[in-house]
Amino acid sequence: MIKSDKELCLYCGACVGTCPRNCINLKETIIEFDESLCTKCNLCVRVCPVGAITLE
Amino acid sequence: MPRRSNNVGVSDIMEDIKCDIVVVGGGPAGSMTAKWAAMHGSDVLVIEKRQEIGSPVRCGEGISKHWISDVGIRIDNKWIANEVEGARIFSPSLKHIVVNEKMAGNEVGYMIERDQFDKALAVDAAKAGARYMVKTSAVGLLKDGNNKLIGVKAKHMGEHFNIFAKLIIGADGFESQVGRWAGINTILRVNDVESCLQYRMAGIECDTRYSDFYLGSAAPGGYVWVFPKGDGVANVGIGIQLKYLKHKSETKTYLDNFIKKMPGLKKGKIIDMVAGAVSVSQPLKEVTKDNIMLVGDSGRMIDPLTGGGIASACIAGKIAGNVAAEALESRDFSKQFFQKYEKGWRAELEEKFYRNWMAKERLSVIDDITFDKLADILQDVKLEKLTAHNLLKVVKERYPEVVKGFEGFI
Repeated sequence: MIKSDKELCLYCGACVGTCPRNCINLKETIIEFDESLCTKCNLCVRVCPVGAITLE
Repeated sequence: MPRRSNNVGVSDIMEDIKCDIVVVGGGPAGSMTAKWAAMHGSDVLVIEKRQEIGSPVRCGEGISKHWISDVGIRIDNKWIANEVEGARIFSPSLKHIVVNEKMAGNEVGYMIERDQFDKALAVDAAKAGARYMVKTSAVGLLKDGNNKLIGVKAKHMGEHFNIFAKLIIGADGFESQVGRWAGINTILRVNDVESCLQYRMAGIECDTRYSDFYLGSAAPGGYVWVFPKGDGVANVGIGIQLKYLKHKSETKTYLDNFIKKMPGLKKGKIIDMVAGAVSVSQPLKEVTKDNIMLVGDSGRMIDPLTGGGIASACIAGKIAGNVAAEALESRDFSKQFFQKYEKGWRAELEEKFYRNWMAKERLSVIDDITFDKLADILQDVKLEKLTAHNLLKVVKERYPEVVKGFEGFI
């Protein structure tokens, strides 16, 4: 499971441009994940400046 | 004269739209491209997914001055917060060197209000005849039976519709989808991404004459910046190379720790938070394909040493807009025709990007002790002009091991 904490997210798009598989989309203020493409590389978790993303 | 359809964005049911050029993204890259294409009579539509051009800000807001008039931007006090006379670069033990305007080759300059800046560029483009639609996202590309790109699938206020265009401009920033959809490889290495966070702080002590940069382990593979905006306000931000980030929320922790250590900053009040990521990569091999061009951050047109991207977005945008208008004139939207754009932006930016990428690669592995030694050297050596190249030359004389493997480049 990969999820973004709406309370923390500043919807900056850092995770979107970093994802090597293009499985993240930023719809104005909402982050969406396409988990079928995710390889759990953890880059989105690391790049998020405020720690809004969790990968379980 | 280009055909102009009715006002867009005011109807209840979204109808498909036809235009010459659709620009995805209403930042500096998009608006500059739109303006220059529209000035030559092209029918341009800019779509912006947010409800407001320029907001929320995703930027440190420091720009240099020398390129502004070249791309046809009128200096306007609406978007200038402060003008600095130089930069100060601090080593980990807070020794600093002052880089004045002359030494920096006019690389220092204005602290801007980025939301106002973006709006001013959009107004310019609109005056030139470009159409705008806000709260409109691109959700995919349109292709015909031969796989030729013929526009974008879009969504405005929840309604899907198509925008048919002869040419697509991807100006959709760091998070660019347009380029990836078109098969342009924009994937970044972990060395080539900076995770950034910035606070606008009020009630701080800082010297409004200088933009300040702090190097070393306070910001591994990046730097901390303090950009004074006047009236006790500054943008205090950090960029850290993704390679050095292992755990959640580290970027914020680094920034908070830095501020806590600085007496002039720690009493400040945070009145704004800005997050984002910046690419600090080598120039891409290609930013064009048939019927599509990327401009600005989406094409990774960022100075890899400073992380600055506004100047390059505007410079490339002007070239892209002119080439787009020529393409319309020639009815040729082939990748081959767009070599004019590739050659144009590369002539202006590529060599500097490549040199500065090399410099970044070296600087990002330097330890605090060496940074302090470098600060000592630079206090002795009077550089006529501080460029990455000159800096590396000095480093080579004193610390050849630091630039090992890069001698040819120096």
